[in-house]
Amino acid sequence: MKIKVIVTLKNGVLDPQGKAIQQTLNGMGFSSVNEVRQGKFFEVDVNEKDEAKAKIKVEDMCKKLLANLVIENFEIL
Amino acid sequence: MNSSVIIFPGSNCDRDMDVALKKFGFKNEMVWHDDEQLPKSDLIVLPGGFSYGDYLRCGSIAGKSKIIKSVIDFAKKGGLVLGICNGFQILTETGLLPGVLQQNKNIEFICKNVFVKVNNKNNKYFNSIDKDVLELHIAHNEGNYFCSGDELKMLEDNNLIAISYCNKKGEVNENSNPNGALQNIAGIFNKEKNILGMMPHPERMIDKFLSGEDGSIFFTNLLNNLK
Repeated sequence: MKIKVIVTLKNGVLDPQGKAIQQTLNGMGFSSVNEVRQGKFFEVDVNEKDEAKAKIKVEDMCKKLLANLVIENFEIL
Repeated sequence: MNSSVIIFPGSNCDRDMDVALKKFGFKNEMVWHDDEQLPKSDLIVLPGGFSYGDYLRCGSIAGKSKIIKSVIDFAKKGGLVLGICNGFQILTETGLLPGVLQQNKNIEFICKNVFVKVNNKNNKYFNSIDKDVLELHIAHNEGNYFCSGDELKMLEDNNLIAISYCNKKGEVNENSNPNGALQNIAGIFNKEKNILGMMPHPERMIDKFLSGEDGSIFFTNLLNNLK
Protein backbone atom coordinates (compact mmCIF):
# COMPACT_ATOMS: atom_id res chain seq x y z
CA MET A 1 0.00 0.00 0.00
CA LYS A 2 1.31 3.38 -0.99
CA ILE A 3 1.02 6.14 1.58
CA LYS A 4 1.60 9.73 0.57
CA VAL A 5 3.18 12.26 2.87
CA ILE A 6 3.72 16.00 2.54
CA VAL A 7 6.38 17.69 4.67
CA THR A 8 6.22 21.47 4.96
CA LEU A 9 8.16 24.10 6.87
CA LYS A 10 6.41 25.41 9.96
CA ASN A 11 4.98 28.92 9.87
CA GLY A 12 7.61 31.51 10.65
CA VAL A 13 10.54 29.34 9.57
CA LEU A 14 12.63 31.05 6.92
CA ASP A 15 12.31 29.45 3.47
CA PRO A 16 14.95 31.05 1.22
CA GLN A 17 14.17 28.76 -1.72
CA GLY A 18 10.46 29.56 -1.52
CA LYS A 19 11.36 33.25 -1.40
CA ALA A 20 13.55 32.95 -4.52
CA ILE A 21 10.76 31.10 -6.36
CA GLN A 22 8.27 33.78 -5.36
CA GLN A 23 10.56 36.57 -6.59
CA THR A 24 11.14 34.73 -9.87
CA LEU A 25 7.41 34.28 -10.40
CA ASN A 26 6.89 37.99 -9.68
CA GLY A 27 9.65 38.80 -12.16
CA MET A 28 7.99 36.61 -14.81
CA GLY A 29 4.86 38.70 -14.54
CA PHE A 30 2.92 36.62 -12.01
CA SER A 31 2.51 39.74 -9.93
CA SER A 32 -0.33 38.30 -7.84
CA VAL A 33 1.99 35.82 -6.06
CA ASN A 34 2.42 36.94 -2.46
CA GLU A 35 4.39 34.04 -1.07
CA VAL A 36 5.71 30.56 -1.99
CA ARG A 37 6.56 27.90 0.57
CA GLN A 38 8.50 24.90 -0.69
CA GLY A 39 8.00 21.44 0.81
CA LYS A 40 8.65 17.75 0.18
CA PHE A 41 6.44 14.94 -1.08
CA PHE A 42 7.03 11.25 -0.25
CA GLU A 43 5.31 8.13 -1.52
CA VAL A 44 6.06 5.28 0.88
CA ASP A 45 5.18 1.76 -0.26
CA VAL A 46 4.42 -0.17 2.94
CA ASN A 47 4.01 -3.93 3.05
CA GLU A 48 0.65 -3.69 4.82
CA LYS A 49 -2.92 -4.25 3.64
CA ASP A 50 -4.74 -2.34 6.37
CA GLU A 51 -4.65 1.38 5.57
CA ALA A 52 -4.98 2.51 9.18
CA LYS A 53 -2.08 0.30 10.26
CA ALA A 54 0.04 1.47 7.33
CA LYS A 55 -0.60 5.08 8.27
CA ILE A 56 0.39 4.48 11.87
CA LYS A 57 3.71 3.05 10.64
CA VAL A 58 4.29 5.98 8.30
CA GLU A 59 3.47 8.44 11.07
CA ASP A 60 6.24 6.86 13.14
CA MET A 61 8.59 7.14 10.15
CA CYS A 62 7.71 10.82 9.78
CA LYS A 63 8.49 11.54 13.42
CA LYS A 64 11.77 9.62 13.36
CA LEU A 65 13.18 10.44 9.93
CA LEU A 66 11.08 11.98 7.18
CA ALA A 67 10.43 15.27 8.99
CA ASN A 68 12.52 17.31 11.39
CA LEU A 69 9.91 18.43 13.88
CA VAL A 70 12.02 21.40 14.97
CA ILE A 71 11.18 23.18 11.73
CA GLU A 72 8.80 20.95 9.77
CA ASN A 73 5.23 19.66 9.91
CA PHE A 74 4.04 16.53 8.15
CA GLU A 75 0.69 15.53 6.75
CA ILE A 76 -0.28 11.99 5.77
CA LEU A 77 -2.69 12.19 2.84
CA MET B 1 45.24 10.84 24.07
CA ASN B 2 43.15 8.72 21.71
CA SER B 3 40.73 10.16 19.19
CA SER B 4 38.44 8.62 16.58
CA VAL B 5 37.12 10.22 13.41
CA ILE B 6 33.93 8.69 11.98
CA ILE B 7 33.83 8.35 8.19
CA PHE B 8 30.42 8.44 6.50
CA PRO B 9 29.90 7.98 2.76
CA GLY B 10 30.39 11.55 1.51
CA SER B 11 32.52 12.81 4.40
CA ASN B 12 35.34 14.87 2.91
CA CYS B 13 37.07 16.55 5.86
CA ASP B 14 37.86 13.27 7.62
CA ARG B 15 41.46 13.09 6.39
CA ASP B 16 42.14 16.76 7.15
CA MET B 17 40.89 16.11 10.67
CA ASP B 18 43.10 13.01 10.94
CA VAL B 19 46.14 15.07 9.88
CA ALA B 20 45.28 17.85 12.35
CA LEU B 21 44.70 15.53 15.32
CA LYS B 22 47.94 13.64 14.70
CA LYS B 23 49.91 16.85 14.16
CA PHE B 24 49.05 18.01 17.67
CA GLY B 25 49.65 14.68 19.37
CA PHE B 26 46.43 12.68 19.32
CA LYS B 27 46.66 8.99 18.49
CA ASN B 28 43.87 8.93 15.95
CA GLU B 29 41.88 6.10 14.40
CA MET B 30 39.45 6.26 11.52
CA VAL B 31 36.11 4.50 12.11
CA TRP B 32 33.72 3.41 9.36
CA HIS B 33 30.05 4.36 9.83
CA ASP B 34 28.92 0.75 9.42
CA ASP B 35 30.95 -0.41 12.42
CA GLU B 36 29.09 -0.79 15.67
CA GLN B 37 31.85 -0.37 18.22
CA LEU B 38 34.11 2.55 18.88
CA PRO B 39 37.80 2.10 19.68
CA LYS B 40 38.84 3.35 23.11
CA SER B 41 38.71 7.11 22.67
CA ASP B 42 39.01 10.33 24.64
CA LEU B 43 37.50 12.29 21.76
CA ILE B 44 35.13 11.37 18.93
CA VAL B 45 35.01 13.65 15.90
CA LEU B 46 32.18 13.78 13.37
CA PRO B 47 33.89 15.45 10.40
CA GLY B 48 32.67 17.83 7.74
CA GLY B 49 31.47 16.89 4.30
CA PHE B 50 28.26 15.85 2.63
CA SER B 51 27.31 12.57 4.29
CA TYR B 52 24.90 10.59 2.12
CA GLY B 53 24.92 13.43 -0.39
CA ASP B 54 22.94 15.63 2.02
CA TYR B 55 19.88 13.57 0.99
CA LEU B 56 16.60 14.28 2.80
CA ARG B 57 18.19 16.85 5.18
CA CYS B 58 21.88 17.45 5.91
CA GLY B 59 23.06 14.90 8.45
CA SER B 60 19.70 13.11 8.74
CA ILE B 61 20.75 9.78 7.23
CA ALA B 62 24.14 9.75 8.97
CA GLY B 63 22.24 10.40 12.20
CA LYS B 64 20.67 6.94 11.81
CA SER B 65 23.84 5.02 10.86
CA LYS B 66 25.04 2.01 12.83
CA ILE B 67 27.95 3.69 14.62
CA ILE B 68 25.78 6.56 15.88
CA LYS B 69 24.26 4.44 18.67
CA SER B 70 27.75 3.98 20.13
CA VAL B 71 28.49 7.70 19.67
CA ILE B 72 25.29 8.59 21.56
CA ASP B 73 26.17 6.15 24.37
CA PHE B 74 29.71 7.58 24.53
CA ALA B 75 28.35 11.15 24.67
CA LYS B 76 25.75 10.32 27.31
CA LYS B 77 28.49 8.91 29.52
CA GLY B 78 30.29 12.25 29.29
CA GLY B 79 32.72 11.45 26.45
CA LEU B 80 33.86 14.36 24.30
CA VAL B 81 32.13 14.53 20.93
CA LEU B 82 33.11 17.25 18.46
CA GLY B 83 31.03 17.79 15.33
CA ILE B 84 32.42 20.07 12.64
CA CYS B 85 30.16 21.44 9.87
CA ASN B 86 28.31 18.32 8.61
CA GLY B 87 29.23 16.81 11.98
CA PHE B 88 27.31 19.65 13.68
CA GLN B 89 24.34 18.95 11.40
CA ILE B 90 24.51 15.25 12.37
CA LEU B 91 24.57 16.15 16.09
CA THR B 92 21.38 18.20 15.74
CA GLU B 93 19.69 15.46 13.70
CA THR B 94 20.47 12.86 16.37
CA GLY B 95 19.05 15.17 19.03
CA LEU B 96 22.35 15.37 20.94
CA LEU B 97 22.25 19.12 20.33
CA PRO B 98 19.10 21.25 20.01
CA GLY B 99 18.03 23.11 16.89
CA VAL B 100 18.77 22.65 13.20
CA LEU B 101 21.11 23.99 10.51
CA GLN B 102 19.02 25.47 7.73
CA GLN B 103 20.00 26.68 4.30
CA ASN B 104 22.04 29.91 4.33
CA LYS B 105 19.85 32.97 4.23
CA ASN B 106 21.34 34.22 0.94
CA ILE B 107 20.95 30.77 -0.76
CA GLU B 108 24.67 30.70 -1.52
CA PHE B 109 27.39 28.24 -0.63
CA ILE B 110 29.76 30.25 1.57
CA CYS B 111 33.47 29.46 1.58
CA LYS B 112 35.64 31.99 3.41
CA ASN B 113 37.51 32.83 6.58
CA VAL B 114 35.46 34.22 9.44
CA PHE B 115 36.09 35.39 12.97
CA VAL B 116 34.36 33.77 15.91
CA LYS B 117 34.13 34.94 19.49
CA VAL B 118 34.70 32.33 22.19
CA ASN B 119 31.84 32.86 24.66
CA ASN B 120 32.48 30.19 27.25
CA LYS B 121 35.87 28.89 28.37
CA ASN B 122 34.54 26.78 31.22
CA ASN B 123 34.83 23.52 29.29
CA LYS B 124 37.37 21.05 27.89
CA TYR B 125 37.38 22.64 24.44
CA PHE B 126 38.25 26.24 25.27
CA ASN B 127 39.57 26.21 28.84
CA SER B 128 42.81 28.24 29.04
CA ILE B 129 42.72 29.26 25.38
CA ASP B 130 44.63 32.53 25.23
CA LYS B 131 42.53 34.16 22.50
CA ASP B 132 38.97 35.48 22.66
CA VAL B 133 38.57 35.76 18.89
CA LEU B 134 39.62 33.00 16.50
CA GLU B 135 39.97 33.21 12.73
CA LEU B 136 38.59 29.99 11.24
CA HIS B 137 37.28 28.80 7.88
CA ILE B 138 33.68 28.08 6.92
CA ALA B 139 32.46 26.18 3.85
CA HIS B 140 28.78 25.34 3.88
CA ASN B 141 25.39 25.71 2.27
CA GLU B 142 23.38 24.88 5.40
CA GLY B 143 24.90 26.72 8.35
CA ASN B 144 22.01 28.95 9.29
CA TYR B 145 21.39 27.87 12.89
CA PHE B 146 17.78 27.93 14.03
CA CYS B 147 15.99 26.74 17.16
CA SER B 148 12.79 27.47 19.04
CA GLY B 149 12.50 30.43 21.41
CA ASP B 150 12.52 28.09 24.42
CA GLU B 151 15.66 26.34 23.17
CA LEU B 152 17.40 29.65 22.54
CA LYS B 153 16.55 30.80 26.06
CA MET B 154 17.91 27.50 27.42
CA LEU B 155 21.14 28.00 25.43
CA GLU B 156 21.54 31.59 26.62
CA ASP B 157 20.60 30.94 30.25
CA ASN B 158 23.16 28.12 30.49
CA ASN B 159 25.86 29.93 28.48
CA LEU B 160 25.87 27.17 25.87
CA ILE B 161 26.48 29.33 22.80
CA ALA B 162 30.10 28.24 22.40
CA ILE B 163 31.15 30.56 19.58
CA SER B 164 29.48 33.42 17.70
CA TYR B 165 30.35 34.96 14.33
CA CYS B 166 31.98 38.34 14.92
CA ASN B 167 34.31 40.82 13.25
CA LYS B 168 38.06 41.03 13.78
CA LYS B 169 37.53 43.12 16.92
CA GLY B 170 35.20 40.55 18.42
CA GLU B 171 32.02 42.56 17.86
CA VAL B 172 29.02 40.32 17.25
CA ASN B 173 26.64 42.08 14.87
CA GLU B 174 24.53 41.58 11.75
CA ASN B 175 27.40 42.51 9.42
CA SER B 176 29.53 39.72 10.83
CA ASN B 177 26.78 37.10 10.38
CA PRO B 178 27.63 35.18 7.19
CA ASN B 179 24.61 32.89 6.91
CA GLY B 180 21.67 34.30 8.86
CA ALA B 181 22.25 32.15 11.94
CA LEU B 182 20.12 33.00 14.94
CA GLN B 183 22.09 35.32 17.28
CA ASN B 184 25.20 34.78 15.08
CA ILE B 185 25.48 31.26 16.50
CA ALA B 186 28.47 29.41 14.99
CA GLY B 187 28.68 26.63 17.58
CA ILE B 188 26.86 25.31 20.65
CA PHE B 189 27.39 22.94 23.56
CA ASN B 190 25.05 20.47 25.21
CA LYS B 191 24.25 21.20 28.87
CA GLU B 192 27.21 19.19 30.17
CA LYS B 193 29.52 20.85 27.60
CA ASN B 194 31.09 17.55 26.53
CA ILE B 195 29.44 17.83 23.09
CA LEU B 196 30.43 20.71 20.81
CA GLY B 197 28.94 21.31 17.38
CA MET B 198 30.39 24.10 15.25
CA MET B 199 30.22 25.16 11.61
CA PRO B 200 33.80 26.54 11.28
CA HIS B 201 36.66 24.17 10.46
CA PRO B 202 39.61 24.40 12.88
CA GLU B 203 41.35 21.58 10.96
CA ARG B 204 41.76 23.95 7.99
CA MET B 205 43.75 26.48 10.02
CA ILE B 206 46.77 24.52 11.17
CA ASP B 207 49.53 25.85 8.94
CA LYS B 208 50.78 29.41 9.17
CA PHE B 209 51.99 29.40 5.56
CA LEU B 210 48.88 27.86 3.97
CA SER B 211 46.05 29.22 6.08
CA GLY B 212 46.46 30.38 9.64
CA GLU B 213 47.21 29.09 13.06
CA ASP B 214 44.06 29.59 15.08
CA GLY B 215 43.11 25.96 14.44
CA SER B 216 46.51 24.97 15.86
CA ILE B 217 45.70 26.96 18.98
CA PHE B 218 42.36 25.15 19.27
CA PHE B 219 43.83 21.64 18.96
CA THR B 220 46.87 22.29 21.17
CA ASN B 221 44.65 23.72 23.85
CA LEU B 222 42.14 20.84 23.60
CA LEU B 223 44.91 18.26 23.95
CA ASN B 224 46.35 20.07 27.00
CA ASN B 225 42.90 20.14 28.60
CA LEU B 226 42.55 16.39 28.16
CA LYS B 227 45.93 15.48 29.65
